[in-house]
Amino acid sequence: MRLSKKDILGMKELSREEINLILDTAESFLEVSTRKIKKVPTLRGKTIINFFFEASTRTRTSFEIAGKRLSADTVNISATTSSVVKGETLTDTARTLEAMNPDIIVIRHSAAGAPHMLARLVKQSIINAGDGAHEHPTQALLDMLTIRNTKGKIAGLKIAIVGDIAHSRVARSNILGLTKMGAQVTVCGPAMMMPRDIDKMGVSVSYHMEDAIKDADIIMMLRIQIERQNDNLFPSDREYARYFCLNNRNIKLAKPDVLVMHPGPINRGIEIAPDIADGVQSLILKQVTNGVAVRMALLYLLAGGE
Amino acid sequence: MKLLLKGGRVIDPSGNIDADLDILIENGKIVELGRNLSLSEINSSSIEVLDLKNTIIAPGLIDMHTHLREPGHEYKETIQTGSEAAVAGGFTSIACMPNTNPVNDNRSVTEFILKQAKLANMANIYPVAAISKGSEGKILTEFGDLKDAGAVAFSDDGRPVMNSRLMRSALEYAYSLRLPVISHCEDLNLSRGGSMNEGFVSTELGLQGIPNIAEDIMVEREIALAAYTGTSVHIAHVSTAGSVRAIREAKDRGVRVTAETAPHYFTLTDEALREFSTNTKVYPPLRSMEDVEAIKQGLKDGTIDAIASDHAPHSSIEKDVEFEYASSGINGLETSLSLSLKLVGDGILTLAELIEKMSSNPAAILKIKKGTLKKGSDADITVIDTQKIWTVNVSNFKSTSRNSPFDRWTLKGKLIMTIVGGEIKFKDL
Repeated sequence: MRLSKKDILGMKELSREEINLILDTAESFLEVSTRKIKKVPTLRGKTIINFFFEASTRTRTSFEIAGKRLSADTVNISATTSSVVKGETLTDTARTLEAMNPDIIVIRHSAAGAPHMLARLVKQSIINAGDGAHEHPTQALLDMLTIRNTKGKIAGLKIAIVGDIAHSRVARSNILGLTKMGAQVTVCGPAMMMPRDIDKMGVSVSYHMEDAIKDADIIMMLRIQIERQNDNLFPSDREYARYFCLNNRNIKLAKPDVLVMHPGPINRGIEIAPDIADGVQSLILKQVTNGVAVRMALLYLLAGGE
Repeated sequence: MKLLLKGGRVIDPSGNIDADLDILIENGKIVELGRNLSLSEINSSSIEVLDLKNTIIAPGLIDMHTHLREPGHEYKETIQTGSEAAVAGGFTSIACMPNTNPVNDNRSVTEFILKQAKLANMANIYPVAAISKGSEGKILTEFGDLKDAGAVAFSDDGRPVMNSRLMRSALEYAYSLRLPVISHCEDLNLSRGGSMNEGFVSTELGLQGIPNIAEDIMVEREIALAAYTGTSVHIAHVSTAGSVRAIREAKDRGVRVTAETAPHYFTLTDEALREFSTNTKVYPPLRSMEDVEAIKQGLKDGTIDAIASDHAPHSSIEKDVEFEYASSGINGLETSLSLSLKLVGDGILTLAELIEKMSSNPAAILKIKKGTLKKGSDADITVIDTQKIWTVNVSNFKSTSRNSPFDRWTLKGKLIMTIVGGEIKFKDL
């Protein structure tokens, strides 16, 4: 089976069947990364451009490793080294890259909708590696793979997503994906970080950590951007940590077998206590491992498979 | 040269006329208005007779809110191309906002605009001068001198006046000079960083929102200022249900407030932004269905006095970029009339009420002697075929720019002739 899609722009556009196909494919790629020789010839001769307009270590590296393990040629461009600093528009850069005939362009951009604009402009497949506060579908897919792997299912699970929901593309993509797969999602954070009408996305809303994580199967903590206090989105990191940090005490409210996730990079002691981040319930590093498999699956489903 | 318009249905709200009448035009003025004006009394060699059966003949439409971009941004629009777009859209008179470069904050810019308008020789152009120098919201411009030079109103459109004390002064001084102040209502602290309406769609798209209250609060402020000082104020491009409510309530208690809205605010909602098309980016932003319904209700019950396009041409340089980086504005002159005619089709306004909101009301707000077909008035006339079906094609725009979310829309009702000062400036018969 193949994905009948040109691009992976967001979880919004993916059906349950497509999500299952991607996760099943990723499952089969997990094993490749455990081999002594971690390389298969599947995408030999294919070119993948990783086009990052925003600083990123884990996502960019993950895409690069995924491409290389499938034997594709990967090229990394970041905003500081590209022509963007010379004042070229995204449109012109996109057409220039298109003219070099890559097979897939992976894009990360601080502006919501930039991958959608690119997808309309060029004939190549576009994978959204995060656009503004809009979507981060590969993160949601790797989170879903991690949940499915550890809990054996997604449907029916109680999942709490805690943090700056308003500015989080990880939250949006996970809400879309998890609710589509039948999970019960609660979002939680300070009132100023809760976007308007978020409940219409099919989630419960809570402003109290204790209520949100009660009986949760999964707690997903989001990274807080310290700069946001300049815009009065929260008073101080001290105040934030006091009410929204996942720690040894409040985690007891969740199910005994609760698992903890975080897209990284983590702020130790602000949204997550160090002993939780490093504890047995933590899936943080497993998420990173699964990220490579999910990205291999997407590259394969878009560019290979014949 | 004389012009005889025969056989059309004349609707002139200023004279309470709705009848099949002929109109005789001579030397740029309407000299006769009557049933079956007889040709025999007129020397037929020097008269052009136009058969306008099955058309609506209205007093020349007035768009009281446009941006013509000259001086300063001539690659987006010039007074020449903007005037051509105006007459192609059925507008015989337009008012142009001062956010040019340099800003229209002194008589030399006002005089320049009027000089270019005369050269263009298309529509009547009425410059709106800035409230504050450079529209920086600090120091009042020379209202008296600007009026003397030809400015018809004052506004810092695009750069809302946050300083309430400055706005108070502007309202008081303008009122003493019998000129209107047009307020762009936006609390800049609340709107900062936003690029669309705040609501479910902005939440899903991850774009920062501009809340309704950014407009509502400033509308309430202008009403409070006008009421307290006993002056008048005109609210530009109303987009929210809250504004409509506040203006309705203020009018009920006798505050001298008038208001306009633009066709996109009763035609589109923020759902139009789903594909991140930058042609849907506009300030104030496209709102929710609830707001659209409130705007229509406000038009129907008279709370909103005028329809103005807020014609804001932008080039591909500003629009073919990421949504958040794109400039705001919709190119409106050439679609405004047809989009507004839908209000008549939908039973929200009668044809006479629509013409009032697009002609006599804006004339009254701007205090210009237009918007009427009375004998002796300027022969500014708009001829409309309300049944004609056509498809918008931005590449046919007279405007220099193409930024319309209505490209490829099929609309019912079209302008077929625009007469300014007795001369046919546009014809699509």
